[in-house]
Parts: sequence; structure tokens; C-alpha cells
Amino acid sequence: MDQTVINVLNGLSSGLLLFMLSSGLTLIFSMMGVLNFAHASFYMIGAYVGFSLTGIVGFWPALVLAPLLVGLLGAGFERTSLRRVHKFGHVPELLITFGLSYVVLEIVQIVWGRTPVTFDPPAFLQGPAFTLVQSGDSGLSLALGAASDALCQAAKCSRFPMTRAFMMLVALLMLLSLWLLLTRTRIGLVIQASLTHPEMVEALGHNVPRVFMLVFGSGCALAGLAGVIGGITFITEPAMAAVVGSIIFVVVVVGGMGSLAGAFVASILIGLLQTLPLTVDASLADAMKLLGAQVGPTTPGWPLLRITLAQAAPILPYLLLVLILIFRPKGLLGTREG
Amino acid sequence: MQVASTRLTITLALGLTLAAPAALAQKGQTVKIGWIDPLSGLMAPVGQNQIKSYQFIAEHFNRGNAAGVKFEMVPIDNKLSPQESTNAVKSLIDQGVRYIVQGNGSGAALAIMDAVQKHNERNPGKEVVYINYAAVDPDLTNSKCSYWHFRLDADTSMKMEALTTFMKDQKDIKKVYLINQNYSHGQQVSRFAKEMIAAKRPDVQVVGDDLHPLAQVRDFAPYVAKIKAAGADTVLTGNWGSDLTLLVKAASDAGLNVKFLTYYASVTGTPTALGAAAADRVYMVAYANSNMPGEIGKLADQFKAKFNDDYYTLATYHAFQMLATAMAQAKTTDAAKVAATMEGLKFKSFNGEVEMRKADHQLQQGLYITVWKKADAKNPYSVENTGYNFQTVKYYEPYVASTPTSCQMKRP
Repeated sequence: MDQTVINVLNGLSSGLLLFMLSSGLTLIFSMMGVLNFAHASFYMIGAYVGFSLTGIVGFWPALVLAPLLVGLLGAGFERTSLRRVHKFGHVPELLITFGLSYVVLEIVQIVWGRTPVTFDPPAFLQGPAFTLVQSGDSGLSLALGAASDALCQAAKCSRFPMTRAFMMLVALLMLLSLWLLLTRTRIGLVIQASLTHPEMVEALGHNVPRVFMLVFGSGCALAGLAGVIGGITFITEPAMAAVVGSIIFVVVVVGGMGSLAGAFVASILIGLLQTLPLTVDASLADAMKLLGAQVGPTTPGWPLLRITLAQAAPILPYLLLVLILIFRPKGLLGTREG
Repeated sequence: MQVASTRLTITLALGLTLAAPAALAQKGQTVKIGWIDPLSGLMAPVGQNQIKSYQFIAEHFNRGNAAGVKFEMVPIDNKLSPQESTNAVKSLIDQGVRYIVQGNGSGAALAIMDAVQKHNERNPGKEVVYINYAAVDPDLTNSKCSYWHFRLDADTSMKMEALTTFMKDQKDIKKVYLINQNYSHGQQVSRFAKEMIAAKRPDVQVVGDDLHPLAQVRDFAPYVAKIKAAGADTVLTGNWGSDLTLLVKAASDAGLNVKFLTYYASVTGTPTALGAAAADRVYMVAYANSNMPGEIGKLADQFKAKFNDDYYTLATYHAFQMLATAMAQAKTTDAAKVAATMEGLKFKSFNGEVEMRKADHQLQQGLYITVWKKADAKNPYSVENTGYNFQTVKYYEPYVASTPTSCQMKRP
């Protein structure tokens, strides 16, 4: 029971981290029609810049400054490169972000090296946020921080790390402020209008290219924020972009291209899908045995049937991607076809 | 034509005769060593440390070795992929390389073994030798053994033999959880662990047996939750590189207070993740500890001073020592002749005399069980500047860990 709770929390927290990444990606896509291949690279830059700034100004200022800096870099990239190729159509746009992802990877390796850097969370975020105590007689209870050793000797204790709790908190705060920004403010209205009717917005005297730049920069800043938090929670190394890169595309496609709500639902779904199946050691063969079928090594397709859910877990998000593309191409909450 | 070739023969014979007083025909020759391992991807830090180790130890041997040859490393990045490794073999052979070393990943090892075997069958006189310094899948010296393959690390069956012998005395180990990388090496660790635990400690329960993708997992929290749920008191893993680093990190985050029995806890990145939290709980089976005495210990200190990195792939030393000894004995750098000499070769090592067993080309050497402990006066080395190191709990002589082979070696 206690481990199930921990597992669900693990899934939710990694889902929320994915949301921090995919929200920016989906915003940029819905606005500019650009599938930003370099999005995960901005996530990585966020982690590395956060790492370097932490050494100079400390973690908390770095948590604010690193995303701002990444946002500026993103805006600068949009202004100087992306806008120039915009007139040539979507393929050059796609290619330039694709190229950027490689440039970023190499630059990161030159500047910070190919090995992981030790980006440790500050003292406040180290250690457990709370401890689940499962004891035989009093059931499941919760203790803030680390439970005492005496308590844990008598019962089963499971800790939930502070970094993950912090990750969830930041993602939820971000979701809230993003929603408020887009629906309750003037700039949000302009952004929303530019999504669907850019010419009309321009005719009303708004600088639509600047709005694009702002959105691109903000999307990158969100990725940068996710990077700082992902960097302290997991590992800060040059492959971190590639690792999340493919999965955030799955999130965006499953949720529906350009749908913020869809990105949220899909992030949580994928987060849980990456986590929960890992704990299930049952295979299709077991399921069939439960139903009373005789299954053994001689059954046709045995090598496939005996694969446990835990072993198949890494492919599940991609399987979902394929299924969604076949049966619901616009995604779970998407509005446009194809 | 006839005359010309006769004259040529005479000239050659004269040349050889003149060179003969030098006694060692190979003296002064440069031997290129092709190195195929990852320099990019999640395992790049490991590869980078190892190529540095090779170059460093090559320099050491170039200052003087039994054969009087010079060694030169030719590194190629295989991205941990068997396919890329095969291409790398071809490219190295084209560059005139006759000795290839590789260690990371038994999948890549098998591909190289296959490529070398085929090349040697098709190109007699241009043989290539493959020295495997770290890929420990037992199949490589058993069912799939090859004459051209020589293994310097102890294979999984040997390490597991030592580890389970050690477990016999560890009565507090009752529930073991196996977590390994899903490729030949990890699968073999899991298989041998189950077999040998059942044989030596039948009372020990294997409460979990997980295989996860190689070098792809960044979040081990779900696995750790599973280990906790299974109620394990010990985790046995053959993981290496990021797969062990992140597992250890996730375990300490979740407060998983169990013993770890590992193969590769000293590999780049992992010691930092272990830190103080894992002291006295993490064990490693290997052919060395952090504080080796004598020459190799001094080399490790020099390596640290030069690169601020740890010299943990001590098999690199074996590679050059074995080659230099064999070349001196064979009086040539010709790979085919050197290979024949290396069969059954005994040479001096940092743990006494070791033997390249003739039957399967598996180096027979002593194994250490070490534990992650705070550095002290007796064991001063600080691994990754953590202030901790791997200290010997138990040393097993070569015969203890030696395992029989089923290799039916086909000799040319």
C-alpha cells in the first residue's frame, strides 16, 4: 500500500515535470506552427546555466535567473534565426530547430564537458519531504520530514524526496499562473487572438512578431525552469536533452497539438505510464492462466506472451503515441485534425 | 625475373642477419592498439576515463617494457553500439592496427569477436587479436569462445562465485533483489546469481529479478519503490555507469537502507553518488581495490595528479603487460604469433602471477570483495575526492573464483 502511494506520487511528479516542458512546446506550436526540436535543449541549458549560476549567486537566485536567461536566449534565437526562415515555410523552420539542438549539445559539451556535473539541491531540498509509515496495527500514517529511526524500526517507512515534492509544487504553481496569464490578462488575450487570427490582431495594431518572440522566449524559459529542477532531481549531463526530447513529443501529440489542457492531461498520463507498469511483474501469459487457459513454453508466441509489463514499460508511451495517431490523430484534447 | 627475386631474397636475408645481433626483432617497433568504446552518450564518461587510462599506462610502458616496443592508442567511439563496433574494427584494420581492445558492453564485444574471427579466416597473415578488458558475459569464453579473443576481466561466473562465497558468511543477507541491465551481461548476472545463490545459500530468498533498458533510465524511483515493496535487505546488481549511479541516487533519496552487492561501483560517477550516505553498505567484487600497493598504486596517484580522475580500469595494465611479455617471448609483434604465445602465458601482475588460461583465454586472477568506507591512514585514497574508498573485506585466490569452461577452442 505505502509503495503504491509512493509510486503514484513518483508518476505524478515526473508527469508534472513533463508538463513544464511540454507546455512551452505546445504553446510555441499552436502559435507559430513550429515544432521546436530544440525545446529539450533549452531544458538542458536551463540545468547547466542553473548549475553555473548556483556556484555564483546560490541556488534560489539561480532558480529565477536561469529560466530568465534561457528565455532571453530563446527570444534571441527566434528574433535572429527563426524569424528569418519563417518566410520559407515550415520545413526550414523545423530544420533550423533541429540543427540548433545539435549546436546546443556540442556547445554544452565544450563548455561543461561530457561528463555529468554534480548539481546538488540546496540543503533545504535535500532529504525527504515526508515519510509514509506503514505499521501493522495503526495502518498508514504520514510524518513530515524524516521519521525517527525508532519509529521506522517498528514499521515500514518510505520517504518521498523533497526535490520531487518541490517539482510538483513548482509545476502546479506554473500551471496556475499560466492559466491566469492566458485567460485573465490583456497580453493573454492578445496571445490567444494571435493563435487563431494573427492578421486581425495585427490590423488592430499589435506587433504580432513580437508576441511570437515573447511566446517563444517564455516557452524556452519554462523549459529552462524545468531544467533547473530536473537537473537537481535527476542528473545534469549532456544526454539529458535527448532523454526527454522524444518523450515530450509523445506528450504533445497525445495531448493534442497546441492544447495546453491536453498537454497537462497527457503529461500526467505519460508520467504514470512510465512509472506504474514498472512495478507489475505479470505478463500476458499470467493473465491467460488466470482466465484458465493452458499456457506454457510450447504455446505459439510464448516469447511475446511471457514478457512482463515491467519489461514492456519503456515502450508503452510510444505505443500510446502510435495508437493515438491511428485512432485519434488530433490527440486527446486537440481541436484541429492532423 | 628469377635473378631479381633471388637477389631480393639475398638482400632480405642479409638484412635479417644484420639485424639479428640486436636479438629482439621487435625492438623499437610501434604497436598500434585500436580502442573501441563509447565516447558519447550516457556511458561516455566511462569511456573517457578508460581511454585516458590506456594512454597513461601506454606512456608508462613506453618508458620501458620487456619487449622494447612502443605502444600507440588509436581510439574510436562506438557509441556503445555493436553495429558501430563492427565498422570500427574494419576502419582500424584498414589503418594497419593488429591489436584491438574493448570492454564496455558484451553486445559490442560479441560483434567485435565475430568481425575479428571473420577477418582472420579470410586474411591469413594479417591476423588481428582482440583483447577484451571488461566485457564479462561468460558466453564469450564458453559457448561462443574464439581463439582471437583474450579476456582480462573476471567473467560474471567468476565474480558471482566470489560474491556468493562471500555471502555464505553474511548471515544477515536473507532477501536478495536482482536488478540488472537488459542485455547479455545483465541477463547473465541475473542467471548466475540465481543459480549460485540457490547452490550456496539455499535459505536466501530472491525476492525480485528486474531487467531494465541499458543506459536509458534516468529515474530509478519506481524500481526503488518496487525493491522496498519486496522487502529486500540486499540488492545485487551488475549495473555500471549511469545505470548504477542513478540507482544509488534514487535509493538514497527514498531512504532505501539495504546492502548493495555490485560489480562496478568504482566506475566514473558512481562513487560521487554513493557519498557518505552509502558508507559500509556498498560492496564490490573486482580484481582490485582502491589502495593497491606497489607500482600500480603509484600509477593511480600519478593519474589522479595528472587528470584529477580515478584510475579504476586496472586491466589496462594487464593488457600492456601481457602484450609486452608475449612479444618479448615471441620476438615479434606479429599478431598471430603473439596470440599463440599469449595462450597459457603467465605474467607478473599487481596481484601476483596471473595466467591467461589456454583452454578459453580467460585470465585467471585473484578477486577482492571490497566495501565503500571512509578513507583512513591505512587506506588513504580518496575516490572522486569523496573521502571514501573501496577497502578489502576479503581476498580470494585465483583458484577460488575459477570456473570451468565449456569452450571448444578452434585453433588455426
